[in-house]
Amino acid sequence: MLSVRIIPCLDVKAGRVVKGLQFEQLRDVGDPVEAARAYQEQGADELVFLDITASSDGRNIMHEVVERTASEIFMPLTVGGGLRSVEDIRAMLNAGADKVSLNTAAIQNPDLVLQAAKKFGNQCIVVAIDARREPGTDSWRVYTHGGRNRTDLDVLDWAKRVVELGAGEILLTSMDCDGMQSGYDIELTRRVSEAASVPVIASGGAGNLDHLVDVVRDGKASAVLAASIFHFGTYTIRQAKEKLRDAGMPVRL
Amino acid sequence: MEQSCAKKTRVALIDYGMGNLRSVARALEKSGGAVRLVCDPREVTDADRALVFPGQGAIVDCMDCLKRTEFATLIREWIAADRPFFGVCLGLQALFEHSEEGNCAGLGIFPGQVRRFAPMEENGRALKIPHMGWNTAVFRQKGPLLENLRPEGEDFYFVHSYYVDAVASEMVLCETCYGENFVSGIQRGRCIATQFHPEKSQAKGLQLYQNFLHLAEN
Repeated sequence: MLSVRIIPCLDVKAGRVVKGLQFEQLRDVGDPVEAARAYQEQGADELVFLDITASSDGRNIMHEVVERTASEIFMPLTVGGGLRSVEDIRAMLNAGADKVSLNTAAIQNPDLVLQAAKKFGNQCIVVAIDARREPGTDSWRVYTHGGRNRTDLDVLDWAKRVVELGAGEILLTSMDCDGMQSGYDIELTRRVSEAASVPVIASGGAGNLDHLVDVVRDGKASAVLAASIFHFGTYTIRQAKEKLRDAGMPVRL
Repeated sequence: MEQSCAKKTRVALIDYGMGNLRSVARALEKSGGAVRLVCDPREVTDADRALVFPGQGAIVDCMDCLKRTEFATLIREWIAADRPFFGVCLGLQALFEHSEEGNCAGLGIFPGQVRRFAPMEENGRALKIPHMGWNTAVFRQKGPLLENLRPEGEDFYFVHSYYVDAVASEMVLCETCYGENFVSGIQRGRCIATQFHPEKSQAKGLQLYQNFLHLAEN
């Protein structure tokens, strides 16, 4: 059976991991390549680098980070942040990323998803959706710019649309739950997972391992993304997988 | 894993311009290969012990490229001579007669069809397409290719929406279950091809490449 994937996400700024990993064995907590290697050793299933560099000259540094990472680790690597054009995507894939994640650029220019999927294949185009619940309702709105800007898009409509455009995967972040450590937005994840024919990665809200179980079992997520619970050494990837396995879910151990 | 003192196996890696081959090249190097990217079949020589074909993109573009560059002829002759060959993903699918993707003829080296996964359910959930992530390949053959790999199965990384169907049973190297069993790898002599990506499959993937390179040396 296909395993549930556990995906750590690293925020990278100007070539350095923001809030470095608090693992004892690391010599340089800010080096993304070392972090990637540590996660490979722990048995992470994939890795996400989110480039939060504000300026565009940070892009070349990111290419170099991705090149070094792809030369050393043998697992899928997704890179997101600041990719605006087919050329940006091509450069990142050529640097060694297996997939790219598009967020604001996909909303501003949906044709980018279509063109990129045609050129590079659906499997390497991830569309990241930042969702926030409309207060007092059972619907969610798409936000951009890290949850600051509200759009006119309904999350379920947008999820279906990006699949039609050629997204091979959806990275779904609940802006309500992100950083709260009180669990994923199960209802949101379930709705999107049922609406989209492609895999959905749940993100935002993991505080303990039961939260992972909940979002896979009840939220029907294909994969779970988490940052702080792994970076701070609260739990290892292996502990997370054992928890899922004990709850009857297929994992790679 | 890395062979420091042993002789490196010369590998020609087919680069038909569809994507980045860095991780395949690095994985083969780490597994004991001396890897050279080849963009033209005329660059492949008798000194190359193994030919590796990591297919990427859409199969229609892939087949166009293979024909235009005459890699199609090279691959046919190479496999007919039982020289060591490893195909990955589309590099598996392209060996067969026909693909539903774009209604496209393959190289036709082996009988078999490439089909899209049908909508299916498993445990009350619709299976997602593409089949993306880690799944178990259960080996149906034995031999040096599977050294240090458990016959009952190892997990490898998959990402695909099409699979090979109606493969002759004696060629089946391994099977994987996604809704139902499909052929996730083939072997005939020294021609090996997998639907999964060894270069994305951490230690077990490198082990498979290393075993292949040993096979290629002998």
